[in-house]
Amino acid sequence: MSWVWILTAGLSFGLGAVLLVQAGNPGNYGFCAACQLRDIAGSLGIHKVATLQYARPEIFGWIIGAFAMSKVSGEFRPRGGSAPLIRFFLGALMMLGALVFLGCPLRALLRLAGGDLNGLTALAGFLAGIGTGIFFLKNGFSLGRARTIEGSAAVSSYLPVIAAVLLTAAVAAGAGFLYFSKQGPGAQHAPILVSLVAGLITGAVALKTRMCLSGGFRDFFLVRDTFLLKIYGLIFLSAMVANFFFGTFKLGFTGQPLAHTMHLWNFLGLYLVGVSATLLGGCPLRQLIMAADGNTDAGVCVLGMLAGAGVAHTINLAGSGAGVPVNGQIAVGVGIAITFAIGWLFREKVLVEATA
Amino acid sequence: MKKNLDMRGYSCPIPLLRTRDALANCDDLTVLIDEPAARENILKFAASQNYKAECSDGKGEWTLHIVKP
Repeated sequence: MSWVWILTAGLSFGLGAVLLVQAGNPGNYGFCAACQLRDIAGSLGIHKVATLQYARPEIFGWIIGAFAMSKVSGEFRPRGGSAPLIRFFLGALMMLGALVFLGCPLRALLRLAGGDLNGLTALAGFLAGIGTGIFFLKNGFSLGRARTIEGSAAVSSYLPVIAAVLLTAAVAAGAGFLYFSKQGPGAQHAPILVSLVAGLITGAVALKTRMCLSGGFRDFFLVRDTFLLKIYGLIFLSAMVANFFFGTFKLGFTGQPLAHTMHLWNFLGLYLVGVSATLLGGCPLRQLIMAADGNTDAGVCVLGMLAGAGVAHTINLAGSGAGVPVNGQIAVGVGIAITFAIGWLFREKVLVEATA
Repeated sequence: MKKNLDMRGYSCPIPLLRTRDALANCDDLTVLIDEPAARENILKFAASQNYKAECSDGKGEWTLHIVKP
């Protein structure tokens, strides 16, 4: 049974990502939980970079697909209340780190599968960040308990899927309140229906498999379980084979689509994502999926990611093909310091009750 | 020694880490959890250590009983 899910998840994400690029998305940009959310922020007017504005239906598909799957499998649970404001800030920092590198951990892998060796530097940083996060967890870090939300207040758990459905309709109708890029990466996209269906399938699969790259490494280090890593391995292999097939594989550090070669900042960008994701209990993709299955804390984290994208592109922190501006370098340093402070300050003693 | 651990409301991977810590100095642990991912991770961990683990289903909650051999 687990092999069925490994195959389904690996192939749907890996092949789906390359096919989305063939259908119109920018290079190595089939799926990205950070960049695509950044484009949504642009579309909503949270930042005003004219080339990065498109309400990407892949993300709405993830949320709707994961929501549907959580309802079908009985895993939908309204819950929340575990330090939401801290999660908001960690979400913003996670987005900052991803935008300095130009991709979430999933896109780092997809970039590598397209031959972009900067993905390797970034994944090394991500691993180091997870190591740092686990250090804090082992020293008692916790953002505290979440509670089950009962009664009519549980409606808050449905807000992400309601927003996703409304925004899908809005982007399909070309609604006037959304910004649409006329040129640049924001103007490159697959047809709406293709993006939506790809998102729906992979969102449902991601919910079922609990896909999370930080979780994959964590499971391997802590319990030697390789289920999630096999999925990511297959995503990598299938995306690489598909890139060879379509002639989009290009090995090297330079001249890669939506990428720069400032190695230190590629490393530190995803290092910041690794620490934040471990403290939050999930990478950017996983936060979106959990937001859909009733976790309002993950929903707040996603709002933080949207805000982070807004700040990053308003005060010039994000990376681009030209590299990482000085503002962004300072912000990553400050961001790492803030995650360390959160990791150290939020420690609690767990009560283990002895019964006999 | 028998011990109880209430991990309801904690997100992954904290329930797993605290379970592992608790098992370092007890050989019969009952863990209460409400996160499906945590249940799977703890059961995988128990299997990887050859601990005996039983899971009983409550209403949206699970009780894991882990015994060292």
